[in-house]
Amino acid sequence: MTAPSLRADAVTLAYDEHAVVHDLELDVPPGQITAVVGANGCGKSTLLRALARLMRPSAGSVLLDGASIAGLPTKEVAQRLGILPQSPVAPEGIVVEDLVARGRYPHQKLFRQWSHEDEAAVEAALDVTRMAELRSRPLDGLSGGQRQRAWIAMALAQQTDIMLLDEPTTFLDLAHQIEVLDLLADLVAGHGRTVVMVLHDINQACRYADYVVAMRDGRVHAAGAPGDVVDATLVMEVFGVQARVIEDPVTGTPLCLAAKPRPRSADPALTRRLT
Amino acid sequence: MTVRRVSVRMRGLSLRVDLRVLAVLGILGALTLVAFTLNVGRGEFAIAPPDVLAALVGGGDESTRFIVQDLRLPRALTAILVGAALGIAGAIFQDLARNALVSPDVIGISWGASLAAISMIVFGGASGVLTIPLAALGGALGAGVLLYGLAWRGGVQGYRLVLIGIGLTTVFSAGVSYVLTQAVFIELQRAYVWLVGSLNDAGWEHVWPLSATLAVLLPLALALGRQLETLQLGDDVARALGANVERARLALLAVAIVLTGVAVSAAGPIAFVAFFAPHIARRVSDTVSPSGVLPVAAATGAFMVLGADLAGRLLFGATHMPVGIITSIIAAPYFLYLLQRANRIGATG
Repeated sequence: MTAPSLRADAVTLAYDEHAVVHDLELDVPPGQITAVVGANGCGKSTLLRALARLMRPSAGSVLLDGASIAGLPTKEVAQRLGILPQSPVAPEGIVVEDLVARGRYPHQKLFRQWSHEDEAAVEAALDVTRMAELRSRPLDGLSGGQRQRAWIAMALAQQTDIMLLDEPTTFLDLAHQIEVLDLLADLVAGHGRTVVMVLHDINQACRYADYVVAMRDGRVHAAGAPGDVVDATLVMEVFGVQARVIEDPVTGTPLCLAAKPRPRSADPALTRRLT
Repeated sequence: MTVRRVSVRMRGLSLRVDLRVLAVLGILGALTLVAFTLNVGRGEFAIAPPDVLAALVGGGDESTRFIVQDLRLPRALTAILVGAALGIAGAIFQDLARNALVSPDVIGISWGASLAAISMIVFGGASGVLTIPLAALGGALGAGVLLYGLAWRGGVQGYRLVLIGIGLTTVFSAGVSYVLTQAVFIELQRAYVWLVGSLNDAGWEHVWPLSATLAVLLPLALALGRQLETLQLGDDVARALGANVERARLALLAVAIVLTGVAVSAAGPIAFVAFFAPHIARRVSDTVSPSGVLPVAAATGAFMVLGADLAGRLLFGATHMPVGIITSIIAAPYFLYLLQRANRIGATG
């Protein structure tokens, strides 16, 4: 089975005439983890939404396996591409198993609502995310990491080759962030999925991604393997922060450290102005 | 561990059945049947159940037959149909708005119907039996179109529905108040009775249109339940799962608006049924899935209106309390309970 290809072809994205992404080209490498990084407002979430067909480009097109994604039937796209938005909403009181089962929607019909494949997919998703013991628990009662795993299980039950995630770790503590990222790494390495995620933490991106896309002002500033692309110049150009980039002692990937932290001693002029 | 869900698979059809929902439906069905029999049997002239059954099939004496067939039966049937319609409509509105406090009363549909009906009562003059119900239906549909049109902005988001709806309610209820100032006493009486929601005028001319509408819209609502289920997860996830969000929302809104319109045209805007029935449905059947909530809300609504009518006719001696007053009495403490629960949970929820 050939890995699916997802490509942004000269894509311009705008909200109400105001262009946020300009003439962007991106080839998502199949079977790998791609991390999209950049400063706030650089257009990374917008790009992800366009890749997921949640937003229509005002110019250019997104191509899934060579065909324009806008022209494909919605259900067909849903069978090949899944997205997990930032802070997804769920009805109050929904149970994990129910949430995961809803990921089967693109494969179901009015009279074929719970086939053997559906049941198997949900079980597999719960297994891989280690949520099987928590299947009957309400989503609201879970920890942040568990809740995120439940949502990933839902996306997994959808059985798409490509998974797009918008800041999957943003409201989680360190342990839960690692939990989610490790799971995604397993999915790519062990199950051959293609994952594209927007990450706000460049060091996590370097650690986990095979391919880093750094965006600035709605354009791809640099793209490539973390070791090839991430250096102090990039951090300055993309984030406007002076940084020292060293080799991560644990993983060997680039590790960015802000170079000039503010001095601890209080500035007397500032204190005078505040009191 | 009790099994909650059962897979049913046969010849190309596969479903997952929630046993608890089935059990709740069974119980509600039984309760509704009891209430139905009581409703038809009790009143100023008590009729024993065997005589009720006899009258239903055409036997018994003529006066009993008249009371059963021409007065009480259509009234009880109307109660069931109106309650079911309002229950489903309320459940759909609450899910579309993603807000459990929403109901057609709050978002302008019922008040649109009221404005039209009251205007017809006050300004319409002598009219046929169906004029006011038709006006109410038209008012509900008009309010629905207005709601959708004003809430549209690249799509119809839940919060816009609520805000525009509240605005419409305010305008329409002000309109009703104005119209009432123009009324003479008899019209005023009639208007108030209509506004509070009553089954006094319920007859066969109401049962047939209600049945026909429910026969079409109830299965349609259940079929759309799967799309409503994806909408519950937010527009983005719904689209990602392959649902056509705006089309599904339009279809569901249309169903809910028509159901409300038909219900209000038959019995007036009976307060709180559309709000309360889905809450009870969710709580008792312990599910948030529309495939469970919609049918249970229908059954709850039917039982609620039927029970309220029974209570209104029997519990207050010679005075017959209109249905709408009883449903308000039932629902009011529930609001206090919700408030108390919210206070206890606090800001973190």
